[in-house]
Amino acid sequence: MSVVDRQEWDVVVVGAGGAGLRAAIEARERGARTAVICKSLFGKAHTVMAEGGIAAAMANANEHDNWQVHFRDTMRGGKFLNQWRMAELHAQEAPDRVWELETWGALFDRTKDGRISQRNFGGHEYPRLAHVGDRTGLELIRTLQQKIVALQQEDFKETGDYESRLKVFQECTVTRVLKDGPQVSGVFAYERESGRFFVLEAPAVVVATGGIGKSFKVTSNSWEYTGDGHALALLAGAPLLNMEFVQFHPTGMVWPPSVKGILVTESVRGDGGVLRNSDGKRFMFDYIPDVFKEKYAESEDEGDRWYEDPDNNRRPPELLPRDEVARAINAEVKAGRGSPHGGVFLDVSTRMPAEVIRRRLPSMYHQFKELADVDITAEAMEVGPTCHYVMGGIAVDSDTAAARGVPGLYAAGEVAGGMHGSNRLGGNSLSDLLVFGRRAGWHAAEYAQGLAHRRPPVDDAQVDTAAAEALRPFSAEAEGEAGPPENAYTLHQELQQTMNDLVGIIRREGEMEQALHRLAELRERARRAGVEGHRQFNPGWHLALDLRNMLLVSECVARAALERTESRGGHTREDHPTMDRAWRNVNLLCTLADPTGGLAATDPARGQIRLARETTDPIRPDLLALFEKEELVKYLAEEELYE
Amino acid sequence: MSSYEARFKVWRGDGQGGGLKDFTVEVNDGEVVLDIVHRIQATQAPDLAVRWNCKAGKCGSCSAEINGRPRLLCMTRMSVFDRTETITITPLRAFPVVRDLVTNVGFNYQKAREVPAFVPPAGVGPGEYRMMQEDVDRSQEFRKCIECFLCQDTCHVVRDHEENKPAFAGPRFLMRVAELDMHPLDAAAETGLDRKRTAQDEHGLGYCNITKCCTEVCPEGIKITDNALIPLKERAVDRKYDPLVWLGSKIRRRTP
Amino acid sequence: MATGTEPQQNSGGVRTRTRAAITAPHLRTDRWWLAPAVTAAGLLAFVVYSTWRAFANTHYYAAPYVSPFYSPCLAENCRTMGAGPNADLFGAWWAISPAIIILIFPLGFRLTCYYYRKAYYRAFWASPPACAVAEPHRKYTGETRFPLILQNLHRYFFYAALLVAAVLTYDTVLAFRDPHYRWGHMGLGTLVFLANIVLIWAYTLSCHSCRHIVGGKLKHFSKHPVRYRTWQFIGKLNARHMQLAWASLLSVALADFYVYLVASGVFDDPRFF
Repeated sequence: MSVVDRQEWDVVVVGAGGAGLRAAIEARERGARTAVICKSLFGKAHTVMAEGGIAAAMANANEHDNWQVHFRDTMRGGKFLNQWRMAELHAQEAPDRVWELETWGALFDRTKDGRISQRNFGGHEYPRLAHVGDRTGLELIRTLQQKIVALQQEDFKETGDYESRLKVFQECTVTRVLKDGPQVSGVFAYERESGRFFVLEAPAVVVATGGIGKSFKVTSNSWEYTGDGHALALLAGAPLLNMEFVQFHPTGMVWPPSVKGILVTESVRGDGGVLRNSDGKRFMFDYIPDVFKEKYAESEDEGDRWYEDPDNNRRPPELLPRDEVARAINAEVKAGRGSPHGGVFLDVSTRMPAEVIRRRLPSMYHQFKELADVDITAEAMEVGPTCHYVMGGIAVDSDTAAARGVPGLYAAGEVAGGMHGSNRLGGNSLSDLLVFGRRAGWHAAEYAQGLAHRRPPVDDAQVDTAAAEALRPFSAEAEGEAGPPENAYTLHQELQQTMNDLVGIIRREGEMEQALHRLAELRERARRAGVEGHRQFNPGWHLALDLRNMLLVSECVARAALERTESRGGHTREDHPTMDRAWRNVNLLCTLADPTGGLAATDPARGQIRLARETTDPIRPDLLALFEKEELVKYLAEEELYE
Repeated sequence: MSSYEARFKVWRGDGQGGGLKDFTVEVNDGEVVLDIVHRIQATQAPDLAVRWNCKAGKCGSCSAEINGRPRLLCMTRMSVFDRTETITITPLRAFPVVRDLVTNVGFNYQKAREVPAFVPPAGVGPGEYRMMQEDVDRSQEFRKCIECFLCQDTCHVVRDHEENKPAFAGPRFLMRVAELDMHPLDAAAETGLDRKRTAQDEHGLGYCNITKCCTEVCPEGIKITDNALIPLKERAVDRKYDPLVWLGSKIRRRTP
Repeated sequence: MATGTEPQQNSGGVRTRTRAAITAPHLRTDRWWLAPAVTAAGLLAFVVYSTWRAFANTHYYAAPYVSPFYSPCLAENCRTMGAGPNADLFGAWWAISPAIIILIFPLGFRLTCYYYRKAYYRAFWASPPACAVAEPHRKYTGETRFPLILQNLHRYFFYAALLVAAVLTYDTVLAFRDPHYRWGHMGLGTLVFLANIVLIWAYTLSCHSCRHIVGGKLKHFSKHPVRYRTWQFIGKLNARHMQLAWASLLSVALADFYVYLVASGVFDDPRFF
């Protein structure tokens, strides 16, 4: 049966967003023949949605900025749960990664003296975000895309073939990472257009598939965000780290219903936008948590002065980290002080002239004008929290981006865990993509070159199993297994509703237990998800296959969230409302219950995921020394402080 | 909130043939055409093929033709149509169809490869780039492009003349040439690459008869014709049809 | 609705076999034909009117007004106009209307203008008739070969148009006289001429070639602040190039018609002072 097309590559990158493309560029530049596989067309990855900017301590806008300050901000934002070595590397290398983009043709907005302009963002002490209006992600993806094309042009000159050393397989989906014993041997994939299966044999695979937002109903994420990479890693035997931390961006559109969840960039607040409730009150002043008390303004006047004179005033609380703002909005709406469509008001119209708004926030202006009939230069926007980002992800080695426990598997970008701790700061995502995308590509290429003469063979049996698994939805009806065939779209909607209602922004023990039961039920029904039609570009089939991944990842989120009995960053427990220092150094690791990567035999009630706790490495003393003692006592347990 | 039933004709088929199929679908307040396509998928035709990603007009995936006009499905609100109107949705008609609303847009990726990349200036390291805002404004406008390829689809040069495809890069990629030619630090000229000349000689700038359909369909509102194509034509004139410039270059070439 | 269910023959364009099988040349439901129809009607009307007036060789001067169609007047058979735009460069051998000599230049300018090209390619040549409406031609080579490659000469017509505009400015100044060539007077015709010359200049300066020459060709605006500001100003005008093209076309015809009416004695120019 395994007469599927096979090709040999050195490095296969799954995902063509910022991290994937950066990894591919690095691997190719280090001499590895590199293949990129992506579900969408080349250049359409979710990275294009990023609006605000790339955080990098280049000190163009404020000369006091440096990597240490950036590191501090990142750790504070993540409530000290970050894999600190990642945060360190990230803060150190981000400026180089941004500057490098300029040499590939990127055009950022400029300062008066011709350097890269930097803007303010939540949680960042100084203006730090390199940006292009409010379409920074588009600039990033296009630059990387064009760099890939540039490399292909070089290869064409040399070999006469654009794709001899770097090839993009667009509109293809990977369903399994193949292994030879413990190590990676390639990937099994299908072409969306034809439904044809193929295998890419490669000793190193970089997973850069992004996030999991499509498991939630209200989300800023696109359909691609079905947690594929998380699931591929789990199925390949790698653990996922701290999956309970899901970031709800405070400002998504709330109306009309069809656009609910679409992102409203944080730049709106960075540039002066304020949040008000239905009483017209700037409520954020009531929600400054103790750990941030010294850093934020106490009065509206002081907050307003900060935009002009940041050295002598403190920033307005609208620019608190995202988790704080999202919770505050949630609380206001619950208290009955929300806007007509269940959000709060975000207003720039009274803060800036219309002309300035249109220039600095062009896509927001158009988004509201065209999708909601709202003119943001004349009236306030209605916004509310939307599922935006998962901090948890594949557990990786900080320096090499290698997934733990599976030699040859690497992960970078949103799919990798650890970097952002319990909450990501705005702007740190794009820099994360670049820093760790490069590192993943680099180490994957090195690893692959080390195996150049003893490439792990691809096991035919695994290919057959993977093919059978992918074809299953077509025979679901015929098998008639304990129930009627199910509609994949319906199952997906139920899954989204479940996660939204029961494992959403505010979590309760009982609800999460209920969620686990519903997930078990959905898992069983998903086995009967049938497909109409044939294999050629069939979205129903694609969704049926993606359901496996979403269900796996959702279970990870729910189980980890149930386990962590505290509130921290992107994980808020109503029944454990405070941050607990004892949890500060605890990681939760999810692994597949069946170590062979099988799913079928698993008991539906017990689930497919096993959870383990581990204690994190102590933060290196020189990094700890960057913080004041008074601040550290708020986060770290006594014994950690005196070590 | 009021919902109603709307009538749709959606092209279904593949490279072997196909036709418009009728659907009657519920429409709710504030919805866009893509919502309706999704509803058709979820309730009536689960295998209806359509490309989409962000649903916010940022990725340029869901390009199709609605009532004969190239548009993004996600940015076309249902409220612009009359409730009694039958709305026709077809795939892009300038590219080979794959299935239903999905076309093979490989033409565009091929053309992208034919435009020589940005050439970094020699001797300027990363972090040393200095560019003034007014010098990057023009190229930044073109870099707003989300590559939805609606301009490539509507351009009659290739839409109505398949045989022109090899010779003509299309508005999107002529704009890319303009973007690079206006990039304040692009050093192509120093390496002997004259983008003004190649725009005409290799990318088919002369095929463009500036009928502005590309500008009309651009969902990003980029003034493709006025700000990219015509300036590029004028730059080509500088090179090829300006006798003074021609004479000057002859003389300069003789006395190196 | 005309939609085929069979794959079609390889007939090029939207009916190429690989494309979605739809036989209709377009599926637009709006009145897409309106714009090209109006354009065609407008341009045709102007062509008919100006042909008549250019060949008429009469009623083009009513002191102090000279029809813009006949200015400058470059042959011997021109009427003598008091301090007017007479310059007998062609002499006596030029037998037909002297308007023909000079009209070549504004005509060439407008024919090669980027806006008019769009207008007549769409309206007269149906290439394409409207966006996403299939054009009727089998082959298309655009402006890649003779004669349309000559469109690249637009810039030279722009230079010529600058000279013509200068002469028309002079004519407008002359319009501040009374019929006996005494200065400091104004009539309704003066206003017509003023309006016309403002529109002519606005149209001429808003030209894409002009925009290129004043600054568009530069790579670094920051090194040429004055040209940058000029380029921005021209850019603002340029955004209205279409409107200015029509307005100036109408105003030049009106100015001529006004002279015709006065010269042919239909009515007298109302004098203000």
